[in-house]
Amino acid sequence: MIADFDYQFFIEVLVGGLLSGVMYSLVAIGFVLIYKTSGVLNFAQGALLLFAALTFVSLVERGIPFALALVVTFAIMVAIGIAIERTVLRPLTNKPPITLFMATLGLSYIIEGAAQLIWGTQVHGLDLGIEDVPLEIGGVLISQFDIFAAVVAAGMVLLLSLFFRYTRIGLSFRAVADDQFAALAVGLRLPLIWATVWAAAGLVALVAGLLWGARLGVQFSLSLVVLKALPVLVLGGFDSILGAIVGGLLIGASEKLAEVYIGDYFGGGIESWFAYVVALVFLLIRPSGLFGQKLVERI
Amino acid sequence: MPNDDVILVVDAVHATYNHAITALHGVSFKLRRGEILALLGANGAGKTTTPKAVSNLLPAERGHVNAGTIRYDGSDVSRRQPGDLVRAGLVQVLEGRHCFKSLTVEENLVAGGIGRSGRRAEINGDLARIYGYFPRLKEKRRTLSGLTSGGEQQMTAIGRALMSRPRLLVLDEPSMGLAPLIVQDIFQTLRKLNRETGLSILVAEQNSAVALRYADHATVLENGVSVLSGAAAELRQREDVRAFYLGQQASPAAKPAHLHAVA
Repeated sequence: MIADFDYQFFIEVLVGGLLSGVMYSLVAIGFVLIYKTSGVLNFAQGALLLFAALTFVSLVERGIPFALALVVTFAIMVAIGIAIERTVLRPLTNKPPITLFMATLGLSYIIEGAAQLIWGTQVHGLDLGIEDVPLEIGGVLISQFDIFAAVVAAGMVLLLSLFFRYTRIGLSFRAVADDQFAALAVGLRLPLIWATVWAAAGLVALVAGLLWGARLGVQFSLSLVVLKALPVLVLGGFDSILGAIVGGLLIGASEKLAEVYIGDYFGGGIESWFAYVVALVFLLIRPSGLFGQKLVERI
Repeated sequence: MPNDDVILVVDAVHATYNHAITALHGVSFKLRRGEILALLGANGAGKTTTPKAVSNLLPAERGHVNAGTIRYDGSDVSRRQPGDLVRAGLVQVLEGRHCFKSLTVEENLVAGGIGRSGRRAEINGDLARIYGYFPRLKEKRRTLSGLTSGGEQQMTAIGRALMSRPRLLVLDEPSMGLAPLIVQDIFQTLRKLNRETGLSILVAEQNSAVALRYADHATVLENGVSVLSGAAAELRQREDVRAFYLGQQASPAAKPAHLHAVA
């Protein structure tokens, strides 16, 4: 049986899994950004993603050029992010984390409802202009769209990393993520930093929304991709961007491999729940995730 | 404020946490421009709450000042955000240092400069100045501050505060958990800053012996009330103060009940 193991097929599945994992990472990064700086698990990230995709599609359908629609949607996402920070989260400063979480849960319904009210409930197709013809690389077939998504995701992560590493606001962001009270005491402008972070989360939601929307169609179940981000976060740690990437890749690869190689024993279709099993096992073994809360401290 | 040479006036301040736990009930003192004032007292006396009230940091810990006033440079601090106070020259070095652990020492310092909204060139100039006061920090500039020693972290925290070009530096327990030699080193640097630049300093300190050696004046807190104020040199000589706050010849009978409040 081992003898007729098809390596080429295995690699194809693995690469396909890793690439689809990138899509999970994209959603997870949106969570990490906000969690790191304000300790809020922003459940509304999925709703934001949906809102971004829906706004973009609706603008394009009304004849607005692609690039302009992108800019307008981004501006709207930034505005929404800042508005959420101002009106929902700032009044709740210093409240327990569960209060904040509940607030974002409520928020996700409001955003979804608003999206429905503004743009209607029908499913939209989203064509990013990438033909989904598989490429053959070294005898392995790889989806062209997946590669595109991975390149976009990598570009965005690079952009965010450079931003946080080399700009003043980026340094402030890392300072706030480390110690909010000290940041307040040395005079860092927390509202400005939070607004920036929400804007960045809006950008991530936009990019993730477009890629997911192109794959699944822009519809209301799109906001459910947050659920897939949760196992990614459990694996990678809620406060690590690197963790979100690695976690996404692991989840993507493991669920595809599981589906193909052990799916038959469970009657197939395990891809949709396998990620949660992995997360559960992980919670039992390593609750803080692979990269979470690695405290830099000398004792 | 008519008295222009007074930089900080704390007048009959009462403070509570969560609207329930009283931490201060009647703290008063004055700090003159260019002097070092030590705030002494045992655990729970209000040594940490008082500096936080001065920097208006209590609301961030669900506390608030419910009576009395604190005036910095003549204006009420409770109406200003902590960040605005920093930009007005009032900055605090928190108890327990609170360095940004995953940032390098230099990034910590730069963060202080950003807090003041300083320009890049100004920040670079200030960095050089602070490395002059704390040569150790220059050696460790590229090290993550979480990996440096306690003394180095305290220097980083002080340096970070100095980056905002303060006129009044508030320190909360700078000696905590540090070896005596390092404590001395830090207080000597503070003294030097005070002498050379006229920086006013308010330092809350459990180690009264050290604090009284370097301070000009001192105020003693007991159970949230300021019970005694005076020149540091005088306080050091008084038997009762020595007994209770310097830990020399502990004799409970000599409780400083006869001390009249000077506050």
